[in-house]
Order: sequence, then C-alpha cells, then structure tokens
Amino acid sequence: MMEVRFSGFGGQGIVRCALITGKAISLYDDKYATMTQSFGPEARGGACSSQLVVSENRVLYPYVTVPGVLVALSQEAYNKYEPELGNGGILIVEQDLVKQKPDTGRVQIFPIPATRIAEELGNRLFANLVVIGFFAAVTKCVTPDAVKKALPELVPGRFLKANMQAFDKGYAYGNDLMATKAGADKMAEVCEAVE
Amino acid sequence: MVRKVKADPKGVLEGPHFMDGDHALAEGALAAGCRFFAGYPITPSTETAERFAERCPEVGGLFIQMEDEIASVTALIGGAWGGQKVMTVTSGPGMSLMLENIGLACMTETPMVIANVQRGGPSTGLPTLTAQQDMMQARWGSHGDYRVIALAPDSPQECFDLAIEAFNLAETYRVPVLIMTDETVGHMHEKVVIPPASEIEVVERNWYTGPKDQYKPFKFGAENYMPGPMVKIGDGYRFHITGLVHDERGYPQASVEAGKINITHLIEKIDSNRDKIVRFEADQLDGAEVVVVSYGITSRIAIKAVMDARKEGIKTGNFRMITCWPFPEKQIREIASKVKAIVVPEINYGQMVLEVERMAAGKCKVISVNSTGGAVHDPNEILAAIKEGRS
Repeated sequence: MMEVRFSGFGGQGIVRCALITGKAISLYDDKYATMTQSFGPEARGGACSSQLVVSENRVLYPYVTVPGVLVALSQEAYNKYEPELGNGGILIVEQDLVKQKPDTGRVQIFPIPATRIAEELGNRLFANLVVIGFFAAVTKCVTPDAVKKALPELVPGRFLKANMQAFDKGYAYGNDLMATKAGADKMAEVCEAVE
Repeated sequence: MVRKVKADPKGVLEGPHFMDGDHALAEGALAAGCRFFAGYPITPSTETAERFAERCPEVGGLFIQMEDEIASVTALIGGAWGGQKVMTVTSGPGMSLMLENIGLACMTETPMVIANVQRGGPSTGLPTLTAQQDMMQARWGSHGDYRVIALAPDSPQECFDLAIEAFNLAETYRVPVLIMTDETVGHMHEKVVIPPASEIEVVERNWYTGPKDQYKPFKFGAENYMPGPMVKIGDGYRFHITGLVHDERGYPQASVEAGKINITHLIEKIDSNRDKIVRFEADQLDGAEVVVVSYGITSRIAIKAVMDARKEGIKTGNFRMITCWPFPEKQIREIASKVKAIVVPEINYGQMVLEVERMAAGKCKVISVNSTGGAVHDPNEILAAIKEGRS
C-alpha cells in the first residue's frame, strides 16, 4: 500500500494530479486507488492538497495517514506537509518554487523545475502533467500507458496532445535523474569499496 | 405486482469510471430510470444535483432548482404522480426541512428517492465534514407513525448500485427510500463500474390498467400489505390523495377505524416484508466472541479493526448493515444470543447502537464507539472496544 499527497496552491492542478493518477491506477493498472481532496474554505487560494491511497487490495481507510510520497509544488505546501512525510519517504519538489531546508537524509528528495519545463512547452498550466510524468518515473506507482489512457476525459481536448508531451517530458526527466542517481550511488559504493 | 424490466440504455453510462459517490448517486438514479430531480443545493450533496442537471439534456430528464427543500419534496410528490421516477438530494439542514413532506409522501404512498449526504450537525454544524448523525432522524423525523426504507452505501460503487436498489424498493413498496450516505463517501473518488443496460434490472411502476371509473389510488390489506397500482395525472382518472387519514378511494375519513386500517397498512407493508427488504454483509460470525456492527463509511474502517483483532487472536465477526431501516432485527438478535459483545462504531454520539441494544436486550454487552462527528474513526478506537468486549 502506498499513500500519496499532492500539494501546492490553488490553480496548479493539484486536484487534477490525483484525479488523473487515481483514474490511471484504478482503471488501467489493475490496482485499487481511493482519492480524496482537501474540501473546505482553506482550499481556496491557499495551500491545496489531494490524496491517493493505492493498494493491491481494496482500500479500507480512505485517507492518508503517513504519506510515503509527497509532491510539493509551493513553499506553503512544503512547509505544511513535509514534516508529516514518513521517514525514507519520497519528496518531489518544484525546485524553483520551494526553498528547502538542509537535507538531513530523512527523506529521499527528487527536485524538478516543472513550471519551467511546462513554460518551455508553451504554457505553465501543463506543469501538473510534467509532475505526473516525473512522479511516474520516480515512484513507479503508475505506468505511462495508464496515464495516457486516463487523460482524455480529464483535460480539454484541444490541450490533450500538449498534456501528453508534458507528461513525456516529466517522465524522461525523472528517468534521467534516476539513472544519474543510480550511477552516483554505484560510484559511491565503488569509492567505499576502494577505501 | 412487481414487474422488472431491463434499464433504458439512454440513462446508462456504461463502462468503468473514476467517480465520486455524489456523481455515482446521480448515475445510479439515471440508470434506474429517474428523469425528474427537484432540489436545492447544499454541501456536501451539491455534486449530485450538478451531475443530474448536466446529464438531463442527454437523457431527456427534467431538473428544477427549487426555492428550498420543503418545495423540493413537494415537487417530487407532483412529479411522481405525474408519472416519473423522482429524486432529490440534500444534507442535514435540508433534510430537516424535507421532513414535513416526507410524511406527506409516506401518507400518499408516493415512491421517491432522497439521498442525504450527511455532514456534521446539529443546525448548520460542520458543512464540509463527514458524519452519520441523521440516522434516527431518517427513521423518526416526520411526525406520526410511519415507515421508510433507508440504505447506507460504503463506496462510490455502492452509491451507484444502491441508487438503483432504492428506486426499485420505492416502486415496489410505494414509499420514500432514503440513501443515507456521508461526506466521505460522497466526495471520495474510486472506480465505479457501470454495467450495460441489459444487466440492470429496474422495477417498473405498477400501472393501473382497469376501467377508468373504478380506479382507487390505495389498496389496504392485500397479501403482505403490498400497495396497489398508480395512475398518471392527466390520463383521465378522477382520484384524490391527501395527508389526512383516508380510505382506499383516497377520501378523508376522520375515524378511529379508518386510521387503524390506513396506518396499519403504512407500517405493515414495510414490517411484514422486512426479510425481503433487509440487506447486509456478514463475515465470520460463527464462533465469534465479538461482532462489530456498522454501516456506511464506518464499516470500511471497522473491517480494518476486525482484521487487526483477528491477528491478535480474537475471534471477531463483522456485520455490515446495507439496509439500516427497516432494522435487521432478527439478525442482530441472533448475533446477540451467541457473542460476548457487540461493538457499534458510528460517526455520531450513539444512534443505531440504541437499536442494537434493543435487540440484544441484555443478552450481551453492547459497546458504542461514538464520536461528535467530523472525521472517520481511528481503527484503533474500534480495536480497543473489541478488546474491551472480549474481556
């Protein structure tokens, strides 16, 4: 079972992130996903969050308790939700929008300039799809095929292609980062052995 | 006479969806053949109304936003006698307003479905947070002696399934059927599989077909008190319905004897068919020391606690009420005669637990795991009660 929290500010497509990912997982990846979202006056304008509980079996408790993955696309969201991320958890941050605390090694940090990548594709609104692509590469929680099948009803038709591209960009960026990270880890191992 | 037919494909959005419970309620209603919705928006139920309104042009339905919830149920009574399957949706404060005319619907034996997406109360309470605080209101809220049917879905899928079931029960027994869901189920998204229309059975309205001058809108004292057929306003039948105690012709009869016949019918058409109406899920009741009885979203949390208890070696059974009203009296009585304790978690200060206590009648301990509302239980609270029950 994996608990995931997407967070940021209203307008970044945070709820859409969980909707797209949840639909992809539960309809096309043959797993169970339950999606909930912050619902109340605090969701408007300020920190916004959506949650997914993903499991091989039926999800019983629908809410996130100790997230294993946190996606933080704004400073406020990072400040609010980073402390609750479980030890060893995966932290995905929008590196241009979040100034992080010094890395203590408590969690695994995966930074991405998602908004900048989206702007290069022509519109910062695609940033959430860049993030989903990155999320898919880093967590392996959802397959690219499933996300692409899930997209059509959840983004406007005229932007479908651009959103697919944004997903691919984020996914490639994630894979590159994972490869580099794996290379670095291997190098560290070799160095340790030599020492 | 109960006639089942296949659903009209026009209202059936076949396929797998990732959908919230509120939307699933609307889709279930459409699949069941509901084509008239009158309501007033209120958190956390508004999404059902929005979905129904949005789908109306595609399926040929009618959506009216009324001036309030009192008028909403009045419109449903008119819509139903106008020949339609009808529905509304609301939450706590709106439910309070609907009660007056739910009584009228019971008295006039008008089929309708009312979903209450429960939020914290009393009064305007906790508009955005979950609760199960209207369970007794559902049963007793309108004045006088009457019966309704109430169902409690635990997931968006079941919101869809039970919406169809609710319409089928409403048509079969000519009674308002309440779907007592909650903010959590209403707003959570999960996979909802809508089967093809050919696999959905819906109960058709029991239409009268006899001579026009012999129609009577009510039938009392039939086998199992099953209600008589209906006609459609505008089809040339002369008939009368009223909130007053009445005879089979629908004419007011202010007598003790008429009241006895009329009210007995309203009550017995549900009570004497209880076994046909009541639905539940039972798991590992045989040999259980403790059984957890729950409904709606709480039943999912309860399963988690039950599994934890079993891991600790406590023989724990699980009983999920799908039908809350009529209450599964026989089943709870039987459980109570065999176990040390029944644990009843609910997101209220102890409501359905009173029914469980009534059925247990001192034969076993009954432990209420209550809450003041706003959040689902921590499974550990339920686990602690299971341990307490066993000791």
